Parts: sequence; C-alpha cells; structure tokens
Amino acid sequence: MTTANATAARVRLTILLKDGVLDAQGQAVERALRTMDYDAAHVRVGRVIDLDLPAANWQEAAREMCTRFLANPLIEEFEITRLDEEAR
Amino acid sequence: MSAPRVAVVIFPGSNCDRDVLHVLRGVLGADAHTVWHEERSLAGFDAVILPGGFSYGDYLRAGAIAATSPILAAVRAAASAGVLVAGICNGFQILLEAGLLPGAMLPNRDATFVCDWTRIRVERDDLPFTCAYGRGQIARMPVAHGEGNYYADADTLSRLEANRQVVFRYVDDDGAATAHGNPNGALHNIAGIVDERGNVLGMMPHPERCSEALLGSCDGRAFFEGLLASIAKRAHSVAGGGR
Repeated sequence: MTTANATAARVRLTILLKDGVLDAQGQAVERALRTMDYDAAHVRVGRVIDLDLPAANWQEAAREMCTRFLANPLIEEFEITRLDEEAR
Repeated sequence: MSAPRVAVVIFPGSNCDRDVLHVLRGVLGADAHTVWHEERSLAGFDAVILPGGFSYGDYLRAGAIAATSPILAAVRAAASAGVLVAGICNGFQILLEAGLLPGAMLPNRDATFVCDWTRIRVERDDLPFTCAYGRGQIARMPVAHGEGNYYADADTLSRLEANRQVVFRYVDDDGAATAHGNPNGALHNIAGIVDERGNVLGMMPHPERCSEALLGSCDGRAFFEGLLASIAKRAHSVAGGGR
C-alpha cells in the first residue's frame, strides 16, 4: 500500500464543476475580482488533490478513484497530471 | 406483532440523530435505536433513517465520505430488500453520493448556507413516508444546509417527473413552485425524491425539527407517523397473508 519510495508517482488531480453546472463559488469570486477592477471572466473554483500512487499503474488508479469517489461524474470533471518528471 | 424497529445511523459529524430519536421514541413511542456507521448489519430493522448533520465536515462533497462507510453496504442491502430508508438533509446527500437515489447536490444557488423555514408541497400521499399527509398538502418545515441545490441531467429529471418520484417540492406562500419559494436553486423546486420502487426517500427539510408545537410547527410529525403506521400495516398484511 505504501508508495513512499522511488517507484511512486506524484500525481495531481484537478476537479472542477462541469461547464453548464452552476458554480456559485466561481461566480462570487468573479464578482469580487471585478469589484477589485480585474477584468476576470469565466471563473471556476474547484479543488486540487495531490497524492503518491504506485508508478506502475498511476493513471488507471487515478482515473478510477476520480470516477468512483473523488469527483462526482454527474456534476464534475477531472484532470490527471503527473508532477514528478521521473526517468522512464 | 412487535412494534416497528427503526435504526438511526450515526456518522462522525451527524447532529440530528438525537432529534430524530427524540421524535420517534419520546413523541411517538417507537422502538428506535442508534447504529454506528462502522457496523455492518441492519438485520431486524423495519426502517433506517440517515439523519442530518455534517458527516466528515462535508469534506470533498457533502455526504461523499460517509457514502463509503461500512454501514452503507447494509443500507444498500436493506433498500433492495424493501426496507424503508429515509435520508434527511445530510442523509439525503449520502444517499445521492451512494447512488441509492439519482442526481447530485450542488452548493446553494446564492453560495450561502440557508437556515430558514420553507413551505413544501406533498406531491404524493401513496408512499409509506407520506401516507399521513394529504396529496397537495403544504407543510411548513425548516431547512439548514449549504448544499441543497438538487441537480440532475435533463433525462433524469424528466424520468423523475414521469415516474412521480418527486415527493416534496418547495413552494411560495401561494403554494406555487416558483423561484421565490425555492431556498437553494434546486431544479424543479425539488425538496425530496423517492427511488423507483418507492422505499428509499431523500429530503432536505427537517421533519424532526417540527414535530412538536413548542418548536413552531407540527407539520413534520406526520412524516414519522406515516412511516410507523405503514410498517405496522405491512406487518399486519404479511401476518394476515401468511400460512
């Protein structure tokens, strides 16, 4: 279960509400930015989860945990990126 | 015939479990028991209530972490065996996250926590949960949530409406399902739904907070009375139809 070693991949999961799903927090932040005179548009607020996963199947594991638990596919979309540039 | 046995499941962060127990035991004299979320069996219970609160501090999404608790396998088994399952507020969110009811909760339309009285229209009186109400009756019940903005895609919504799965709808003072009467932006003013079979229900308003005159409304009491009465009726018909 432990991945605190050289065979671990450092993975970032970025989860956002889907386009077309009301993002009340994003709208509030956008309004605040505009009152601060920034020309900000289409603001969306999501969450970021960083974690270590076994390097052997990090993509598959990340996709599965997003689909089953970390994101709600009905309302959210996710993006998986690898943070460490490990030598292949 | 023994009295209906009702389980009230407690998750870390549940905070309406004692209110539900008080109404069931103290007000209605029912045989109600708490069940910790790490337990794995709900054997012997006629109904299961997932109470309101903030399980796991609403981390990730409201109800998402509680939906992974060991007790959920037992809730799932009970639901498929036809046992009555009701999720109130956070309990509704947990049932959605567990996939026992369709749809999802978004943060409220105005990005605020809403703690207020609402009016809800009872759309069906042919369910165990609503048999003590009249169809079209308007009940005054409080809500208290940050994520009660019910969302489902267009297909799911039309299926819910076609199957008459919308049980409670927020209405305004005139009894109309308008944006004005809607506290959180829920699509179709949905305050409560039931699964296709009719034995799993989720609702955002809190009937346990309005079951005694002292608390400003008794409109929630019929929810629990109906639940208990329909269990008793079921047991009777099973006994009567037995060999």
